[in-house]
Amino acid sequence: MTEQPYLIEAVQVQKHFPIRRGLFGRVAGHVKAVDDVSFGIHAGETFGLVGESGCGKSTLGRVMLHLQRATAGEVRFEGRDIQQAGARELRRLREEMQIIFQDPMGSLNPRFLVRDLIGEPLRLHRRMSAADRDDRVVSLMEMVGLDATRRNRYPHEFSGGQRQRIGIARAIALEPKFIVADEAVSALDVSVQSQVLNLMMKLQREFGLTYLFIAHGLNVVRHIASRVGVMYLGKMVEVAGTDALFARPLHPYTAVLLSAIPEPSLTRKRERIVLQGDVPSPANPPSGCRFHPRCPFVQARCRTDEPPLATIAPGRQVACHFPLA
Amino acid sequence: MAEKLLEVRELTAGFHTERGFLRAVDRVSLSLEAGQTLCVVGESGSGKSVTSLAIMRLLDYSGGTIAGGEIRFRGVDLTELPQREVMRIRGNRLTMVFQDPISALNPVFTAGDQIAESLRVHKGMSPKAAWRKAVDMLRLVGIPDPEMRAGQYPHEMSGGMCQRVVIAMALACDPELIIADEPTTALDVTVQAQILELLQRLKRELRTSILLITHDMGVAAEMADRIAVMYAGAVVEEGTAAAIFERPRHPYTIGLLRSIPGTTGERGTELYTIKGGIPRIEQLPGGCRFHPRCPYAMENCAREEPPLLEAADGHRSACWLTDMPEVMT
Repeated sequence: MTEQPYLIEAVQVQKHFPIRRGLFGRVAGHVKAVDDVSFGIHAGETFGLVGESGCGKSTLGRVMLHLQRATAGEVRFEGRDIQQAGARELRRLREEMQIIFQDPMGSLNPRFLVRDLIGEPLRLHRRMSAADRDDRVVSLMEMVGLDATRRNRYPHEFSGGQRQRIGIARAIALEPKFIVADEAVSALDVSVQSQVLNLMMKLQREFGLTYLFIAHGLNVVRHIASRVGVMYLGKMVEVAGTDALFARPLHPYTAVLLSAIPEPSLTRKRERIVLQGDVPSPANPPSGCRFHPRCPFVQARCRTDEPPLATIAPGRQVACHFPLA
Repeated sequence: MAEKLLEVRELTAGFHTERGFLRAVDRVSLSLEAGQTLCVVGESGSGKSVTSLAIMRLLDYSGGTIAGGEIRFRGVDLTELPQREVMRIRGNRLTMVFQDPISALNPVFTAGDQIAESLRVHKGMSPKAAWRKAVDMLRLVGIPDPEMRAGQYPHEMSGGMCQRVVIAMALACDPELIIADEPTTALDVTVQAQILELLQRLKRELRTSILLITHDMGVAAEMADRIAVMYAGAVVEEGTAAAIFERPRHPYTIGLLRSIPGTTGERGTELYTIKGGIPRIEQLPGGCRFHPRCPYAMENCAREEPPLLEAADGHRSACWLTDMPEVMT
């Protein structure tokens, strides 16, 4: 593997949220939503980030875009820590980094015309005449497969899949390098979901986009991502190439997660490992390895020592004292 | 053949609006034998939830109406019964598990109270006996420390735990049929796996019949004996799970199975898509409702609606194309 530099990189990122209690909002503890996570994404690649609700994947995505400031650690975009950037530089960086949200109805202002929704980033970041902006909106709509004659309509007049296309058009309007797709296709029906995934892959090929693709649907990640990171309770527990990860998961949690996907086939069946119990609270994570109370392969050491995310083969990292063979 | 537990015949249901009747469910026929699981699979707007509400006779409370057809439950047509009589069956012999367990539970009553309520109402149990049975039900659905949990409120439990409570409620009166509408959609995959495992165990041990509504072909593959595929208000294909997955006949079913990412094709390659979008109920195309999106559409498809006909033994499909080309991998 050639060691090319990362386009964007998290270095020991932590994001803790204070828990306030009582009348005076005394800080009673912290939810460690992201706890000491390091990983990087190469230019032009799709990195899939998976995990269950509350694992910190969305928070990590927001920290990568500096929508939330990390409690500690660095987020490097093209080698520079974006948390140190001044207002002017940050404004320039915002053009390079965009996000697509899960719920297009919640992320699009219902009082804006589609023309203004897609044109808004252009209005804020580009000096251009209204006519030029309109031309650009038309070409963006065509690029994402929307009928540009409908640009004078409101988002509620569009179907779920079309609204997600509006969100994508908005995200690519400034020709960014990096896009965080936070559960971007999770709310869509299967027949529409595949259309939107195809669009995202096409735009990536045409514009050399880099995606951080956050999802809980593993089948989607399996198709679109070249590398995958698995999170559990604020920690990255495994990072691997997609094919390697699905063929041979090394972390027991990854194995459990993969075995839990219901396969749409009667012949291809995985051996299922059913976990006991629920995900513990990130405010009060277990000692040692955070997965140990639910791990089917737990040993004495796991209860006391926290395993670091260690590289055990080229491109494969796992945080487990006893990785699966 | 054994007596059908549930037989839905030509059910038409929908909503009266200012612009006329919205036919959300159009002449749907389904049947379920005792001890079996029937999965109704479909995307949004397919009418699968309206079908389940109609069977429960809950549609009246959701602003909808049953406009025609029969719903025979052990031979008795539920559409003919007044709500007073339906109440004796609903929650007792026929129960329901909803998608969102948090909103299905009453936040001001404990889990134990909510399970005990149906036992007191339907089985005439004393409060004490009902509470004891409620604790037993919580144990049955795999909740650790059921005595303690019975005294807890829904907000003190996780989503997966709440769904177990809802299932315990649904099972308490020993129903003949459980209708589960997307019971795992709001849950994480590992919790979904636990709940599916639980439903399968209950089916095995208690011989409960399940009508499972889902959008997820993976869930259907795991749970179903038979599958009915719905599209835009109608059943377009129905058959055994093996028939649907291994020899699907309707172009919509074939397209749906091929569109699922991560199952076929190389990573990063273009996914199979069904062109266009799901039509609005008030703007259904004439003829076959799938024809504008169908890659095999013929002239006839725009003119005449194909009936749901038996294509092979017990395998029905609503398509004019009887010789489906081999497209499945």
